[in-house]
Amino acid sequence: MQLFPCPFCGPRDEHEFHFAGEAGKARPDTTRTVSPEGWAHYLNDQRNEKGRVREVWMHLTCSELFAMERDSVTMEVLSSAPLREDAQ
Amino acid sequence: MTSRRTAEGGLIDRSRPLQFSFDGKSYQGFKGDTLVSALLANGVRVMGRSFKYHRPRGPWGAWIEDPNAVFNVTLDGAELPNCLGAATMLETGMEARSVNAFPSARFDLKGGLDLLHRWLGAGFYYKTFIWPDWHLFEPMIRRMAGLGELNTDLIDGYASDQLHDHCEVLIVGGGAAGLAVARAAAEAGQDVVLVDDHDVAGGRLYQLDSVEGQTPRDWVDDQLAAIEAAGGRVMTATTAFGVFDHRLVGLAQQGAFGTAPRLWRIRADRIVLASGAIDRPITFADNDRPGVMSLDAACEWLARYGVLAGRDIAVLSNNSFAAPAVRMLARAGANVTEIDPTDGAIRALGGKRLKGVEVAGKRHPADTVLVSGGMTPLVHLWRHAGGKLDWCEQRQAFLPGATPEGMAAIGAANGSFDLDHALAEARAVARHEPRPDGTGTYRLTPLWPKPGSKGRQWIDFQHDVTLKDIELAARENYVSVEHLKRYTTLGMAPDQGKTSNMAGLAAMAAIQGRAIPEVGTTTFRPPFVPQPIALYSGPHAGQLYHPLKRLTLEAQHRAANAALGEYGGWLRPGWYGSGDPKFHIRDEVVTARKVAGILDASPLGKIEVIGPDAERFVDFIYYNTVSTLKPGQIRYGFMLTERGHIMDDGVIARLDRNRFLISCSSSHTDHVRAHLETWRQDGNDPDRIFIHDLTQAWSTVTVTGPKARDIVAALDIPLDLSAGAFPHMTLHYSSFDGTPVRIARVSFTGDLSYEISIRSSRAADLWQALAAAGEKLGACPVGIEALSVLRAEKGYILIGKDTEGETMPHDLGFGIPRQKKRAAFVGDRSLHMEGANRDDRKQLVGFSVEPGAPALPVGAHLVGEGERPRSQGYVTTSHDSTTLGHPIALGLLERGADRIGERVTAWHQGQRFTATICAPCFFDAEGERLHA
Amino acid sequence: MAKRYSAWNLFLQGMRGHKGWGQAWRSPEPKKRYDVIVIGGGGHGLATAYYLAKKHGITNVAVLEKGWLGGGNTGRNTTVIRSNYFYPESVALYDLSVRLYEGLSRDLNYNVMFSQRGVTNLCHSEPEMEMAARLVNAMRLNGTDAELLDADQLRKFIPALNIRPDARLPIHGAVLQPRGGTGRHDAVAWGFARAADAAGVDIIQNCEVLDFLTEGGRCVGVSTNRGDIHAGRVGAAVAGHSSVLAEKAGVGLPINSYALQAFVSEPLKPVLDTVLISPITGTYVSQSDKGGLVIGGALDRVPSYGQRGNLPVQEAVMAGLTEMLPMLSKVKIVRHWAGIVDVTPDSSPILGPSALQGLYFNFGWGTGGFKAIPAGGYLFAHILATGSHHDISRPFDQNRFTTGRLIDEGAASGIAH
Repeated sequence: MQLFPCPFCGPRDEHEFHFAGEAGKARPDTTRTVSPEGWAHYLNDQRNEKGRVREVWMHLTCSELFAMERDSVTMEVLSSAPLREDAQ
Repeated sequence: MTSRRTAEGGLIDRSRPLQFSFDGKSYQGFKGDTLVSALLANGVRVMGRSFKYHRPRGPWGAWIEDPNAVFNVTLDGAELPNCLGAATMLETGMEARSVNAFPSARFDLKGGLDLLHRWLGAGFYYKTFIWPDWHLFEPMIRRMAGLGELNTDLIDGYASDQLHDHCEVLIVGGGAAGLAVARAAAEAGQDVVLVDDHDVAGGRLYQLDSVEGQTPRDWVDDQLAAIEAAGGRVMTATTAFGVFDHRLVGLAQQGAFGTAPRLWRIRADRIVLASGAIDRPITFADNDRPGVMSLDAACEWLARYGVLAGRDIAVLSNNSFAAPAVRMLARAGANVTEIDPTDGAIRALGGKRLKGVEVAGKRHPADTVLVSGGMTPLVHLWRHAGGKLDWCEQRQAFLPGATPEGMAAIGAANGSFDLDHALAEARAVARHEPRPDGTGTYRLTPLWPKPGSKGRQWIDFQHDVTLKDIELAARENYVSVEHLKRYTTLGMAPDQGKTSNMAGLAAMAAIQGRAIPEVGTTTFRPPFVPQPIALYSGPHAGQLYHPLKRLTLEAQHRAANAALGEYGGWLRPGWYGSGDPKFHIRDEVVTARKVAGILDASPLGKIEVIGPDAERFVDFIYYNTVSTLKPGQIRYGFMLTERGHIMDDGVIARLDRNRFLISCSSSHTDHVRAHLETWRQDGNDPDRIFIHDLTQAWSTVTVTGPKARDIVAALDIPLDLSAGAFPHMTLHYSSFDGTPVRIARVSFTGDLSYEISIRSSRAADLWQALAAAGEKLGACPVGIEALSVLRAEKGYILIGKDTEGETMPHDLGFGIPRQKKRAAFVGDRSLHMEGANRDDRKQLVGFSVEPGAPALPVGAHLVGEGERPRSQGYVTTSHDSTTLGHPIALGLLERGADRIGERVTAWHQGQRFTATICAPCFFDAEGERLHA
Repeated sequence: MAKRYSAWNLFLQGMRGHKGWGQAWRSPEPKKRYDVIVIGGGGHGLATAYYLAKKHGITNVAVLEKGWLGGGNTGRNTTVIRSNYFYPESVALYDLSVRLYEGLSRDLNYNVMFSQRGVTNLCHSEPEMEMAARLVNAMRLNGTDAELLDADQLRKFIPALNIRPDARLPIHGAVLQPRGGTGRHDAVAWGFARAADAAGVDIIQNCEVLDFLTEGGRCVGVSTNRGDIHAGRVGAAVAGHSSVLAEKAGVGLPINSYALQAFVSEPLKPVLDTVLISPITGTYVSQSDKGGLVIGGALDRVPSYGQRGNLPVQEAVMAGLTEMLPMLSKVKIVRHWAGIVDVTPDSSPILGPSALQGLYFNFGWGTGGFKAIPAGGYLFAHILATGSHHDISRPFDQNRFTTGRLIDEGAASGIAH
């Protein structure tokens, strides 16, 4: 059982968390033209790095999203920070 | 058979004799014995048969490393398979039976298989059984394989408690090093937990005359007392079976035989591995004979259990631990001969009864041959945690190398085999001081398998792997350590190679002329020793397996004789009444259509979206435009995934300018809430939108049917219920008996319906008032099954039943927002990808079946002509509608919307049914009853 | 030297101490140039090389393996073989595989122990039974075998099952695919390796691809820890490592990698004679010929490359197992491990050309790669030999993510891969 640090609640067991995707993925502005390739890239492509990764997670018990850096091989957690900028 | 029990000594309680049996014969042991020590004390040597060749086997090791003495054990009706006899504490009344042997280990009918050994070597099954067909041979192979039979009876209460804990220092192993480090750390004020898998801690200390000037017993007792006095905890009979992510250690705490061990998950700031080392076998001809045992085990049997392994003992040892062992055995009365195993070829003499050993052509008569090929540190948990291993040439062993964070290895597990050295190392580690220099006085002469030497020489006792098997693997180029393991099955038995992996690696190294570390090691995986499935599953059995959500009104439903069942994770009334469900469901449908039905709709999700950006947010979340709703108005809509697939449907109400109420499917509430939160925080200003899930706080009772208005009116709710003042798809706040209620005119049946929501604490009163009012008019409660019929008649869909994971709104006839909506919304772009524009998409249609014809089976496929026709879609819902007088169905059909009026064939397991394709609405198509 | 495996040769070699068996495969030095390079010496890579030689006569082929052959997911999976899929495209793919498996031991002259003991998917409610009917009909219309069993039939078929109406997950019936079953995973890799090697393919172990060699925007080979190797076409089949390798080629993939955990119990005399799957609990179990129960579960919830087990998943899997088969609660687990699986958005594989000309992918089999080994190799060999798709592989081209024509079995049938 991994321990993930929720920036709001502190370290909690992994079953309280939901993986919400890789960080840094911006939704295309769909009120403008988005090419099929551009949309497919947004929907599907993943960096899926081996090693250091930066991801968005939700702590289900407080519903807050946050950004977490971890090592995807050793499972070591490197950092976590609130997603909302004003809290940083 | 003569007794091997010494007159005195050991940790056993000689005042408490215990009766037990083995292979049907009765014996006596003492409290504190293991099954194996008690059998040895009774002179029993043959305790099992080997996996493949059915060779007679006696115990090799005195504890968890023993590969040979495997029993099915029964006590008080509870039978456990494949118990490790050497590590099973004796209890009175135990019936042990050797596995893989019939009728007994001593006389096994399959013993003759050994004669065929030359054809049963490594991987023989890959080279044959190809013709005519593997299936011809497989049943026989399966019956031959396997160890114990599984008794399929359930053992009452065989369930594991699960506990969670934390400590600063967790010490694995209560031998000399473990006790010393635990005491020093505890006395330094640290929160210490010491675990040891024996009933009595102390490791191999009992083999010694004295420890730091005390008897081993006194020394151990002193350490334990000091640890506990300093606030430390000691857990005996507890195995640390694995180290998992983020320094979580899994512990299995043994209870009485026949009970499941208790699982502890302990998170430790620091883990100190003091798990000791085991003696390894020497590889020689017929080294698997009963009576060839580990020298260290013989010392353990003597020290802990007062059992002398033999009378005339030959000792073969390549290391400096032999001398004290020989002294100890001799003092206990054995005739001990020490023989140098490095002199030349070795061969065990005798068969089922050992007669001695021959070394370099010289025969040494003996009833027991004790061997020691050097110590192998138990580094399993080190590897679980990601620690590395380094080869130590001097000690001929893999020792802990690069250290995982927060972990340390000490004592024999770290190659510190000398007592003084181990104690000094332990105390230094406890205080975070530098470790003592040097490696102690342990010395050995390397002694590994000699490829090409004569005879059948066992490498892996438990899986019957011999040196010849390793040689064959090398010859056939299965030389990587994993190929070697898998091809020969070396180390893959329940003991996971504890006594065999090193010899196997060394043999391969010797064959290839490489150094042992160049061959490498296989991966160490949890559990360290086998653990029952119940340990892991814990209390999650029966109704505690993913428990259902329960309704506030469950008592009322039970009182009304509801048949409760699972619907989308909730325990809900399927129907009311105890007879044939079909009739109850039909009656409920008829009553609901003629009078009214009363339904507990509480599980429907009730999520509020509040805030100045709420309007913009719901427009983004919904496929439909929501912002055009006025306060008090309700609209039906879809939420999509970014792929444009329908995630959920339901109604959304505007409560006021900045407040919306989302009603989602009962089973989707948690998912929808997370979906909303994700978009709220990722891409929106979270301070201007607030998501509030009130599903648990409100209960909802729905009254539906032509008399619904009369029933609601009977509650004295101060509200004008007329269609003019309170039309379909609007809501009002009011009060029931002084408590605020929210009443929505939405319908999932096609009839006039009121959904009345009230805080859950008053739900029972509301239900009873409606039920009483309804009863007077002839209404009745309706369950989910009747509701399913009612909604199907109206053509209302259930997401996940009438849609599939790829259904888009335009497949259901809701195409306008796709074409017209200007604002961005989740999934918008996907609705215009090539796949979304295919003209052969499956679309929702209805199917009308003639009166008297059978209803279409749900799951039937809609097909064209031909013997094996192509599927064009399928039936998703089907009922024989009493309301309409004929069967109806809903389904998804390619180009369905263009095929209204056509006949279609439904194919179900070879049977064909016919129906007419129609619009997916069978009841009140004009909506007169809905808007009544 | 005995080359051919047979009962007779085994008998003869037994008389002679098995001294006459040759190497199952050679350990050649890599040449400078091959017609085709296959990266990845797992089941798919080795099968690709075998079918290149056998079906297309292309034998100047190298299989490059970073570690030891068959050492990735081929050697870590739970060995289930089945084609109980919903969509015609999937059935075409996986049933090709089952058919090839049916003749594989003889084809390869290596007993891969394909045991067609049936694959049984349990249903725990009436809605699941309705979905099961939809699946069974789809399978039969698509030309593979399937039976819908009710609770009584199931009770006779698997007496050990917990078929009690008051169970938390009552068992209403099952979908049985009689031709499904299990195979010996290592033997599949070794059999393909031995047969490919015999046909002249160079299997080069401990050879890690460090980069791709390109000329004029076209892939012309690879650079490895054992030097540069050139080839006309390069194919990659590196489950658990796909994104990392594709990144070297500058190609993005729609893949997330997850650990998939598995467990094996102590060996028991036969207790279970089918592959039992409970899609709703995510637990599946079969009994190996050696007697151990081979148990698997759902993916980890946390994406990772961590090839290790953990307790939360084990708890979930074992709870699901004892819900189905309570009598197993006293059986002991002896080993718990994990492999890394590459999961695409629709959980179907990616087969075909990559964005880099001359480089082809066989990726994204998720949890279902083992059962697809012969078909994956057969189709990938066709693609590498001809440069174009086989009819069966075309729907699995990566371009489906741009068109949105996904093949999402989970969404259609409710049965996870």
